Amino acid sequence: MLRILLLAFLLCFGLSAETRADGFDDGLHLLGGKFDDVERGVVILAGSGDQRAGAVLAALQDNRLMVVAGDPPSFFIRQADDSLLDAATLQPAGDAAAGAKAVRVNNRIRRAAEAALGTLNLSSPNAAIRRQAADAVFKARDGEALPALEAALAKERDPDVKAVMETARAAIFLANGQGDEAQRLQAVETIGRRGDPDALAMLRNLANDTSASIREAAAASVSSIEMRQSMLARVQDAIYGISLGSVLLLAAIGLAITFGVMGVINMAHGEMVMLGAYTTYVVQTLFVTYLPDAANWSLIAAVPAAFVVGGLAGVILERTVIRFLYGRPLETLLATFGISLILQQAVRSIFGPTNREVTSPSWMSGSFDILDGLTLTSGRLVIIIFCLAVFLGLLAFIRYSRFGLEMRAVTQNRRMAASMGIRTGLVDALTFGLGSGIAGIAGVALSQIDNVSPNLGQGYIIDSFLVVVFGGVGNLWGTLTGAMAIGIANKLLEPFTGAVLGKIILLVLVILFIQKRPRGLFALKGRAIEA
Amino acid sequence: MTSAPRTLSRRAFAGIAAKGAAAAALLPTLSLGAGQALAADATIKVGILHSLSGTMAISETTLKDVMLMLIEQQNAKGGLLGKKLEAVVVDPASNWPLFAEKAKDLLEAQKVAAVFGCWTSVSRKSVLPVFEQDDGILFYPVQYEGEESSRNVFYTGAAPNQQAVPAVDYLMNEEGVERWVLAGTDYVYPRTTNKILEAYLKLKGVGADDIMINYTPFGQSDWQTIVSEIKKFGSAGKKTAVVSTINGDANVPFYKELANQGVKATDIPVVAFSVGEEELAGLDTKPLVGHLAAWNYFMSVDTPENAAFIKAWHKFIKNDKRVTNDPMEAHYIGFNMWVKAVEKAGTIDHDAVIDAMIGVSVPNLTGGYATMMPNHHITKPVLIGEIQGNGQINTVWETPGLVVGDEWSDYLEGSKDLIADWRKPMNCGNFNVKSGKCGGV
Repeated sequence: MLRILLLAFLLCFGLSAETRADGFDDGLHLLGGKFDDVERGVVILAGSGDQRAGAVLAALQDNRLMVVAGDPPSFFIRQADDSLLDAATLQPAGDAAAGAKAVRVNNRIRRAAEAALGTLNLSSPNAAIRRQAADAVFKARDGEALPALEAALAKERDPDVKAVMETARAAIFLANGQGDEAQRLQAVETIGRRGDPDALAMLRNLANDTSASIREAAAASVSSIEMRQSMLARVQDAIYGISLGSVLLLAAIGLAITFGVMGVINMAHGEMVMLGAYTTYVVQTLFVTYLPDAANWSLIAAVPAAFVVGGLAGVILERTVIRFLYGRPLETLLATFGISLILQQAVRSIFGPTNREVTSPSWMSGSFDILDGLTLTSGRLVIIIFCLAVFLGLLAFIRYSRFGLEMRAVTQNRRMAASMGIRTGLVDALTFGLGSGIAGIAGVALSQIDNVSPNLGQGYIIDSFLVVVFGGVGNLWGTLTGAMAIGIANKLLEPFTGAVLGKIILLVLVILFIQKRPRGLFALKGRAIEA
Repeated sequence: MTSAPRTLSRRAFAGIAAKGAAAAALLPTLSLGAGQALAADATIKVGILHSLSGTMAISETTLKDVMLMLIEQQNAKGGLLGKKLEAVVVDPASNWPLFAEKAKDLLEAQKVAAVFGCWTSVSRKSVLPVFEQDDGILFYPVQYEGEESSRNVFYTGAAPNQQAVPAVDYLMNEEGVERWVLAGTDYVYPRTTNKILEAYLKLKGVGADDIMINYTPFGQSDWQTIVSEIKKFGSAGKKTAVVSTINGDANVPFYKELANQGVKATDIPVVAFSVGEEELAGLDTKPLVGHLAAWNYFMSVDTPENAAFIKAWHKFIKNDKRVTNDPMEAHYIGFNMWVKAVEKAGTIDHDAVIDAMIGVSVPNLTGGYATMMPNHHITKPVLIGEIQGNGQINTVWETPGLVVGDEWSDYLEGSKDLIADWRKPMNCGNFNVKSGKCGGV
């Protein structure tokens, strides 16, 4: 009996001593096992209080933790420069790391690692990391993190970080039923102030709380957040509409010149956009090969390149095909349709049928808060600004430059322009080149939000014609209004009807409108139109 | 002036072309010697019916190449029944009626022994009457919505119970998902799959207001509204997941929008049935890490068969960056099954091969065996994988055994009583077990 007791005592003592001394190693070794083991390992590491745990967990989360199988397995952390550190010593790993494979993780483990890191990093000297950690704790709502959070709150000086930590503490109170009633009431208020979908989700879960006052406070908070959210949703829809409208405008603005001003039904317009997108791809590839440091800015360089490529293609198209077909719209339509197919297949033969990857530069990734709870992704914002810049630039060019003047003269009265010494043939070619070049520029923007594939243009040609016809042929302001009207109407309809039906309804509306006003929103008046 | 030389050159060209064609026609006869007048009999023709132009070219061109590789490999092994295999490639150009015309051409004019082809369900439906009328053999390599079984078609892709249903089970059990967004492109495959999934989820006790169904047109590129709706739907306090039947191309802007709006896989995971390594190749996958894909094969699967297949593929296509994907494995399985069935039957006669196919078993690339079942579907493992930062998909879960393809879904009214069995004496694609009659009802 005594022996058994002694043994048990020894075992317990031995075990607990081991856990204290080797919590880190135990946890680390578990990371080499199955997903369940890895998850346990993460928890043990987080509780070990060891300095090294943070580095290991961060590496695990980013898929940078490598393992060499063995008994026990050895672990390495891959650095940004691809060199390996031994996870147990944090010293550079030598040959021991040969054949190391990344430790496999899944969402469950990523979540566990994120939560564990949150708790560990609450006492980091860097305010940004503390803030991130508090966010992670807020998301995980793990009751076990409460002591660490309280300790961090007591020390915290930065008011921003402190506010995030308080929200995190409130979330833990509410999610785990911790704290007394006063604290929980306070928590409902803190969470309510956050006002975002996460807060809404948390407050809704309080509908069955045991305390009546908390239930009421939560319900009141939920309804006020819901009202705010539904109001914001309409504003959000309108902003999305402007964003869609700017994409439509970009695609259509070149067509507003070739079709609107010159009257050429150019079915190959979409392919000019596609050429622009492929130019972006080529420019990006060149940057990555020759100027890797500036790769983030290759998009800027792609704009003039795409203009030149699109413009040249347009001039060649006009000189070799279209000029023989002026005044014969049906033949123009068929010829340019054929050219669009040729261009598609040519690109498919050169670049292959698979999509090309154009990466988004860092300044176009992520999102941007316009208001609390109202976000627009950075890429879309850049496109809106870019689109307006192109539009205004084109408007100024046509109005103030000599070429713009000649262009207007030729379209208004070709014969008189010719007798004034304007070379109308050259102006035709350059005008078509201008429209096509702008289509090329649109391709640069579209490469950021759509697939760079040989079919890219096809998706935009119908919409482009729709915008130009709806806005009024021959009027750039009409194109702007038309694009925005269609974009916003589309986005306001979409939440109610779904994307498919919304598009159909919109098409029907535009057709009805054109029946009523065949010349679109802004019809040109005067003699010019009769010519 | 200008027209004369043009005519001349055209004529000259025609003359050269005619001579060239005559020479080309003479060549095989010459090389085979005078004894063999019928050059065509020396080879067995295999039809490849995949779009090489148009919207579907992106996916189907790869399948054409993989078939050429498999045929080349078989020829290097000495061909089939002592004859060389000859690939007959046609281009139906992503045009559904043209699929039927090209199929007719392959079966009636070219007299091919078997056809490997089609991608979309609508193209399969378009060629189906041709294959049934001319008694041809079609191997269809893509995951599809089920609700079909033809004597002349062998379905080597996944049926819904080999992809969609296990994926939902995984999310329910491993991720604890209680709220579901079923998002798809608006055509027959997503609509039927979502109908099956909706019925399945309701059977599992998911309430109607915990299911959101959303359809988008082909090639949708503006996902702002839909992603923000998903975000809103996911904020009801229950774990939410998106089950995506969004078709190929449109996925890229969809995932970009998800990443930009900050929807992370740890919050709202997306499981996709049409996103494979090929689709991810056009995409920066770092923001997508952790989103899921359900297939029966991943390029990352670590087996000797797969390593050999990838090596052969890179050598054949002369580019070691090209990826492999699930429909390629389906063609690998289908082709090997057909070779085995022809060897078993000892002839390429269609009826004999169709009968010999059932029960044929060949290794797949994931370390198991694929067997052709009497309903013309095959056994497959179901793999759930998570997208990695390098564009690969790593398996995180797989079914313990092989799953038999179920052509008529058990969860749909009207099809749950149907079975297909192409063995004698039943020989029926839609036998109703309740009424005991063939013909669906």
